Amino acid sequence: MQEINREEVQRLLTAGAQLVEVLPAKEYEEDHLPRAISLPLRRLEAEARTILDAERPVIVYCWDSA
Amino acid sequence: MSLGFTQVYDYVTGKLDWLAAGLPTEGTNAQRPRAGDVARRDVPTCRLDERVGDVRERVRAAGWDASVAVNQDRVVFGLLRSIELDAAGETSIEAAMRPGPSTFRPFVSIEYMAKYMIEHELDSSPVTTSDGRLIGLLMRQDVERVARDLSQKKGLEAPGS
Repeated sequence: MQEINREEVQRLLTAGAQLVEVLPAKEYEEDHLPRAISLPLRRLEAEARTILDAERPVIVYCWDSA
Repeated sequence: MSLGFTQVYDYVTGKLDWLAAGLPTEGTNAQRPRAGDVARRDVPTCRLDERVGDVRERVRAAGWDASVAVNQDRVVFGLLRSIELDAAGETSIEAAMRPGPSTFRPFVSIEYMAKYMIEHELDSSPVTTSDGRLIGLLMRQDVERVARDLSQKKGLEAPGS
Protein backbone atom coordinates (compact mmCIF):
# COMPACT_ATOMS: atom_id res chain seq x y z
CA MET A 1 0.00 0.00 0.00
CA GLN A 2 1.44 3.34 -1.04
CA GLU A 3 1.80 6.02 1.62
CA ILE A 4 0.59 9.48 0.66
CA ASN A 5 0.45 12.93 2.22
CA ARG A 6 -2.32 15.52 2.55
CA GLU A 7 -1.70 17.16 -0.80
CA GLU A 8 -1.87 13.80 -2.54
CA VAL A 9 -5.11 13.01 -0.72
CA GLN A 10 -6.65 16.22 -2.05
CA ARG A 11 -5.39 15.51 -5.56
CA LEU A 12 -6.74 11.95 -5.57
CA LEU A 13 -10.11 13.06 -4.19
CA THR A 14 -10.44 15.57 -6.99
CA ALA A 15 -9.71 12.71 -9.38
CA GLY A 16 -12.54 10.64 -7.90
CA ALA A 17 -10.87 8.52 -5.22
CA GLN A 18 -12.88 6.99 -2.39
CA LEU A 19 -11.93 8.00 1.14
CA VAL A 20 -12.31 5.52 4.00
CA GLU A 21 -11.97 6.19 7.72
CA VAL A 22 -11.14 2.98 9.55
CA LEU A 23 -11.57 4.32 13.08
CA PRO A 24 -14.53 3.28 15.28
CA ALA A 25 -17.89 4.70 14.19
CA LYS A 26 -18.14 7.01 17.22
CA GLU A 27 -14.94 8.80 16.21
CA TYR A 28 -16.19 9.07 12.67
CA GLU A 29 -19.45 10.64 13.90
CA GLU A 30 -17.53 13.31 15.79
CA ASP A 31 -15.09 14.27 13.04
CA HIS A 32 -14.26 12.91 9.63
CA LEU A 33 -12.78 14.21 6.44
CA PRO A 34 -15.32 15.54 3.93
CA ARG A 35 -16.92 12.77 1.87
CA ALA A 36 -15.22 10.02 3.89
CA ILE A 37 -16.99 6.70 4.35
CA SER A 38 -16.93 4.98 7.74
CA LEU A 39 -15.58 1.46 7.54
CA PRO A 40 -14.07 0.48 10.89
CA LEU A 41 -11.14 -1.91 10.74
CA ARG A 42 -13.05 -4.82 12.24
CA ARG A 43 -15.63 -4.57 9.42
CA LEU A 44 -13.17 -3.84 6.66
CA GLU A 45 -12.57 -7.35 5.36
CA ALA A 46 -16.21 -8.33 5.43
CA GLU A 47 -17.67 -5.20 3.86
CA ALA A 48 -15.05 -3.50 1.70
CA ARG A 49 -16.02 -5.29 -1.50
CA THR A 50 -19.70 -4.45 -1.14
CA ILE A 51 -19.24 -0.81 -0.06
CA LEU A 52 -16.33 0.28 -2.22
CA ASP A 53 -15.84 0.38 -5.97
CA ALA A 54 -12.78 -1.76 -6.78
CA GLU A 55 -12.27 0.12 -10.03
CA ARG A 56 -11.59 3.45 -8.30
CA PRO A 57 -8.66 4.41 -6.06
CA VAL A 58 -9.21 3.97 -2.33
CA ILE A 59 -7.56 6.12 0.36
CA VAL A 60 -7.65 4.79 3.89
CA TYR A 61 -6.82 6.76 7.02
CA CYS A 62 -6.99 6.52 10.79
CA TRP A 63 -6.00 9.06 13.45
CA ASP A 64 -2.25 9.30 12.76
CA SER A 65 0.75 7.17 11.92
CA ALA A 66 1.12 5.70 15.44
CA MET B 1 -5.96 -3.97 2.45
CA SER B 2 -5.96 -5.85 -0.86
CA LEU B 3 -9.28 -7.71 -1.18
CA GLY B 4 -9.14 -7.26 -4.93
CA PHE B 5 -8.42 -3.55 -4.76
CA THR B 6 -5.42 -2.52 -6.82
CA GLN B 7 -5.23 1.23 -6.15
CA VAL B 8 -5.06 1.59 -2.38
CA TYR B 9 -3.34 4.49 -0.63
CA ASP B 10 -2.55 5.08 3.02
CA TYR B 11 -2.90 8.63 4.28
CA VAL B 12 -0.43 7.84 7.05
CA THR B 13 -0.61 11.02 9.08
CA GLY B 14 -4.38 10.75 8.97
CA LYS B 15 -7.09 12.77 10.62
CA LEU B 16 -4.72 14.46 13.06
CA ASP B 17 -2.74 15.94 10.16
CA TRP B 18 -5.92 17.08 8.40
CA LEU B 19 -7.29 18.76 11.51
CA ALA B 20 -3.93 20.34 12.34
CA ALA B 21 -3.87 21.96 8.92
CA GLY B 22 -7.18 23.67 9.72
CA LEU B 23 -9.01 21.96 6.89
CA PRO B 24 -12.77 21.48 7.08
CA THR B 25 -14.30 18.35 8.53
CA GLU B 26 -17.78 16.89 8.83
CA GLY B 27 -19.42 15.44 11.93
CA THR B 28 -20.82 16.61 15.25
CA ASN B 29 -17.63 18.42 16.31
CA ALA B 30 -17.56 20.39 13.07
CA GLN B 31 -20.53 22.42 14.37
CA ARG B 32 -18.65 23.53 17.49
CA PRO B 33 -16.29 26.52 17.34
CA ARG B 34 -12.62 25.66 17.54
CA ALA B 35 -9.44 27.67 17.85
CA GLY B 36 -9.03 27.95 14.08
CA ASP B 37 -12.56 29.32 13.69
CA VAL B 38 -12.10 32.08 16.26
CA ALA B 39 -8.48 33.06 15.56
CA ARG B 40 -8.12 36.42 13.82
CA ARG B 41 -6.53 35.72 10.49
CA ASP B 42 -5.83 39.36 9.74
CA VAL B 43 -3.22 39.65 12.51
CA PRO B 44 -0.28 41.74 11.31
CA THR B 45 2.95 39.83 10.81
CA CYS B 46 6.54 41.02 10.73
CA ARG B 47 9.97 39.69 9.82
CA LEU B 48 12.81 39.07 12.23
CA ASP B 49 15.05 41.65 10.55
CA GLU B 50 12.57 44.53 10.73
CA ARG B 51 12.86 47.34 13.27
CA VAL B 52 10.35 47.67 16.09
CA GLY B 53 9.60 51.30 15.23
CA ASP B 54 8.54 50.45 11.68
CA VAL B 55 6.44 47.49 12.77
CA ARG B 56 4.82 49.41 15.63
CA GLU B 57 3.72 52.15 13.26
CA ARG B 58 2.28 49.69 10.77
CA VAL B 59 0.59 47.51 13.40
CA ARG B 60 -1.05 50.33 15.34
CA ALA B 61 -2.18 52.07 12.16
CA ALA B 62 -4.06 48.85 11.40
CA GLY B 63 -5.78 49.00 14.79
CA TRP B 64 -3.76 46.22 16.38
CA ASP B 65 -1.59 46.02 19.47
CA ALA B 66 0.12 42.75 18.62
CA SER B 67 2.10 41.21 15.80
CA VAL B 68 3.44 37.75 15.03
CA ALA B 69 7.04 37.39 13.85
CA VAL B 70 7.23 34.86 11.01
CA ASN B 71 9.68 33.76 8.35
CA GLN B 72 9.01 33.74 4.60
CA ASP B 73 6.99 30.52 4.98
CA ARG B 74 4.83 32.06 7.72
CA VAL B 75 6.41 29.81 10.35
CA VAL B 76 6.00 31.47 13.74
CA PHE B 77 9.16 32.57 15.54
CA GLY B 78 7.81 35.00 18.11
CA LEU B 79 5.05 37.22 19.38
CA LEU B 80 5.04 40.94 20.03
CA ARG B 81 2.41 42.20 22.43
CA SER B 82 1.94 45.80 23.48
CA ILE B 83 4.92 45.74 25.83
CA GLU B 84 7.29 44.37 23.16
CA LEU B 85 5.99 46.85 20.58
CA ASP B 86 6.91 49.65 22.96
CA ALA B 87 10.62 48.74 22.82
CA ALA B 88 13.06 51.30 21.40
CA GLY B 89 12.35 51.92 17.73
CA GLU B 90 15.75 50.77 16.47
CA THR B 91 15.55 47.39 18.23
CA SER B 92 15.29 44.46 15.85
CA ILE B 93 12.17 42.34 15.98
CA GLU B 94 14.34 39.32 16.73
CA ALA B 95 15.69 41.02 19.86
CA ALA B 96 12.39 42.50 21.00
CA MET B 97 9.96 39.65 20.44
CA ARG B 98 8.84 37.06 22.93
CA PRO B 99 10.42 34.00 21.28
CA GLY B 100 8.78 30.61 20.96
CA PRO B 101 5.28 31.44 22.20
CA SER B 102 2.91 28.58 23.03
CA THR B 103 1.00 27.76 19.88
CA PHE B 104 -2.17 25.77 19.44
CA ARG B 105 -3.58 23.68 16.65
CA PRO B 106 -6.76 24.88 14.94
CA PHE B 107 -8.91 21.92 16.05
CA VAL B 108 -8.57 22.60 19.78
CA SER B 109 -11.96 23.34 21.34
CA ILE B 110 -12.81 26.85 22.44
CA GLU B 111 -13.79 25.57 25.88
CA TYR B 112 -10.27 24.18 26.35
CA MET B 113 -8.67 27.37 25.02
CA ALA B 114 -10.73 29.55 27.36
CA LYS B 115 -9.68 27.50 30.37
CA TYR B 116 -6.03 27.42 29.29
CA MET B 117 -5.75 31.12 28.48
CA ILE B 118 -7.39 32.12 31.75
CA GLU B 119 -5.25 29.77 33.84
CA HIS B 120 -2.04 30.86 32.12
CA GLU B 121 -3.04 34.52 31.90
CA LEU B 122 -2.52 34.64 28.14
CA ASP B 123 -4.03 37.57 26.29
CA SER B 124 -3.29 36.07 22.89
CA SER B 125 -1.98 32.84 21.40
CA PRO B 126 -0.93 32.04 17.84
CA VAL B 127 -2.81 29.23 16.13
CA THR B 128 -0.60 27.28 13.75
CA THR B 129 -0.57 24.21 11.57
CA SER B 130 1.39 21.21 12.80
CA ASP B 131 4.43 22.47 10.87
CA GLY B 132 4.29 25.82 12.64
CA ARG B 133 2.70 28.00 9.95
CA LEU B 134 0.57 30.82 11.24
CA ILE B 135 -3.20 30.51 10.81
CA GLY B 136 -4.18 33.42 13.03
CA LEU B 137 -3.99 34.97 16.47
CA LEU B 138 -6.45 33.83 19.10
CA MET B 139 -7.49 36.72 21.35
CA ARG B 140 -8.57 35.92 24.89
CA GLN B 141 -11.49 38.35 24.71
CA ASP B 142 -12.84 36.50 21.65
CA VAL B 143 -12.32 33.11 23.25
CA GLU B 144 -14.07 34.11 26.47
CA ARG B 145 -16.98 35.61 24.55
CA VAL B 146 -17.49 32.52 22.39
CA ALA B 147 -17.07 30.17 25.36
CA ARG B 148 -19.61 32.20 27.33
CA ASP B 149 -22.08 32.07 24.44
CA LEU B 150 -21.63 28.32 24.23
CA SER B 151 -22.14 27.88 27.95
CA GLN B 152 -25.27 29.98 27.88
CA LYS B 153 -26.60 27.81 25.10
CA LYS B 154 -25.90 24.77 27.21
CA GLY B 155 -27.28 26.43 30.32
CA LEU B 156 -23.95 26.12 32.06
CA GLU B 157 -21.65 28.62 33.69
CA ALA B 158 -18.94 30.03 31.42
CA PRO B 159 -15.26 29.46 32.30
CA GLY B 160 -13.78 32.31 34.29
CA SER B 161 -17.13 33.96 34.94
